Amino acid sequence: MTTTIGAPQDLGTAAGTAARIREHIVNLCASPEGGHLGGSMSLAEILATLYTRVLRVDPSRPGAVERDILLLSKGHGGLALYAALTEAGFFPATRLNEYAQPGSEFMAHPHAEIPGVEMPSGSLGHGLALAVGFGLGFRLDGADRRCFVVMGDGELQEGSVWEAASVAAAQRLDSVVAIVDRNRLQITGGTETIDALEPLADRWSAFGWSVREVDGHSVEELEAALTEPPVPGRPTVVIARTVKGKGIPFVEDQPRSHYAKLGERQHAKALAALRRGAVS
Amino acid sequence: MSPSSREVYRDAVLDLLPRDDRLVCLDSDTGLFDAAKFPERYVNLGIAEHTLMGAAAGLAKSGRIPLVNTMAAFASSRANEAVKIDIALNNLPVRIAGTHSGVSAGHLGPTHHALEDLAVMRALPNMTVVVPADGPQTGTLFRQSLGVNGPVYLRLGRNATPEIPDAPPVRLGLAQVLRDGADVTLAACGPYPVIAALDAADLLEQEGVRASVLNVHTVKPLDVATIAAHARRSGVVVTVEEHWRNAGFGSAVAESLAEITPSLVLRVAMPDAFVPVAGGQRYLAERGGVTAASVAARARAALGRDPR
Repeated sequence: MTTTIGAPQDLGTAAGTAARIREHIVNLCASPEGGHLGGSMSLAEILATLYTRVLRVDPSRPGAVERDILLLSKGHGGLALYAALTEAGFFPATRLNEYAQPGSEFMAHPHAEIPGVEMPSGSLGHGLALAVGFGLGFRLDGADRRCFVVMGDGELQEGSVWEAASVAAAQRLDSVVAIVDRNRLQITGGTETIDALEPLADRWSAFGWSVREVDGHSVEELEAALTEPPVPGRPTVVIARTVKGKGIPFVEDQPRSHYAKLGERQHAKALAALRRGAVS
Repeated sequence: MSPSSREVYRDAVLDLLPRDDRLVCLDSDTGLFDAAKFPERYVNLGIAEHTLMGAAAGLAKSGRIPLVNTMAAFASSRANEAVKIDIALNNLPVRIAGTHSGVSAGHLGPTHHALEDLAVMRALPNMTVVVPADGPQTGTLFRQSLGVNGPVYLRLGRNATPEIPDAPPVRLGLAQVLRDGADVTLAACGPYPVIAALDAADLLEQEGVRASVLNVHTVKPLDVATIAAHARRSGVVVTVEEHWRNAGFGSAVAESLAEITPSLVLRVAMPDAFVPVAGGQRYLAERGGVTAASVAARARAALGRDPR
């Protein structure tokens, strides 16, 4: 039972996977309950790159002891995670039809009963503390594993994020990699007008983290940042500059896209935009 | 006096850690542990209780049994969301040792008293809640708790408390029957409450009233069968606890009995108020009315007797 998880699986290009993730998200947001559209769309390349190029996981053994851990700390990106997990082969895409149905485990925020979901999330500011525990566990085991934590930028207004950031640095957990989906928007407006995060890279540096900044819609830049070895003894943060609602021109960069229930015409229009290849 | 439950817990951890490599002691700068005595599997995360609980969850998910050490007030209130979402929701085998519980923090004041922790912790699904009544029981119950599949909250005190005399072996999940009497049931939880119940039983015995005394060290899951058996016989239950009267141990007993057997449940507990003064644990508990005299008075009132 010690099958080693090797290189990440080849699921086609990361960009191709990102495009399919977007289509799933749009379809899910056209379901009767709607869903968190904007902050899911901004995650497409981040999750596509992780599952196709970075994470050592095995969909046939979701609990394999040697796997890497992905925590979606911004639980409202759940639709993007479901889409990425089905693309990665954790469950058939038909299961996405269960989303928000009465009795379904596919809720707006991810639940750990779903194959590939490590920990439930939804209340913001929990992922990094969990990652501290995973990092301590990897160290005690002498295991070559990593824990990736995907956070929203608005989420960084939670004090618990910085508490855990400080502890992760103090514990020298270089197996921990945080990824900030820097789409600059939260429910009611811009992060910089509500509770400014900038100078964000400097804040992470001051907390003892190694900082990398990338275009969060460039799978090449994401792959480079996420596969480069860590600075020994330092956790890594990748600040991924993204656009909320990316891929659908009529919702891009709009706070209102946070949660959407797409009507029939909007749904068709959104799919058409995606198929026109609106995403580079 | 027996040693304080937190010291017994600490010594048990020191004893078990080298012998079970699943165990990892996670501390939050409490000073209870001497790091020099732990060559490995001891981590002091600093003053960061939310991170402490989240990290314990991550560590448990990695296959370990984290032994988390903080004060009861911080475990139950400050870090509660991490306890709820990260530990309880995932049903992870984290052992949370909350020291300075009740008013055992004494003169440290209301910020350090934990009179809400039973209410908070017993409300959480999957959580086992254990309140040892003295030092020796702490070691036994802690060791037994390692076999529980899921999270456990251990409610520990700061200072030495009296040893419970003539106690039969303690078993997690089962109320310990210290006295058996048909007239009234005294169900107690925690060091001074159990002492108060025993002393009250002595007072009542002098008046011809025979009392059962139960040490209910496991608040969740509650040993309803034992409590109900005594309640059916006596018809009157007096609960005793060092916790606010709302939603604590007495409430748990009342809720359970109300559904299965008609009995009068009277709660002796700390009043619905903060404790605004200095004093030792026993002083503050007695000031709050958690005394043998109050327990006996409640029993007499319920039985329709006047004090002699």
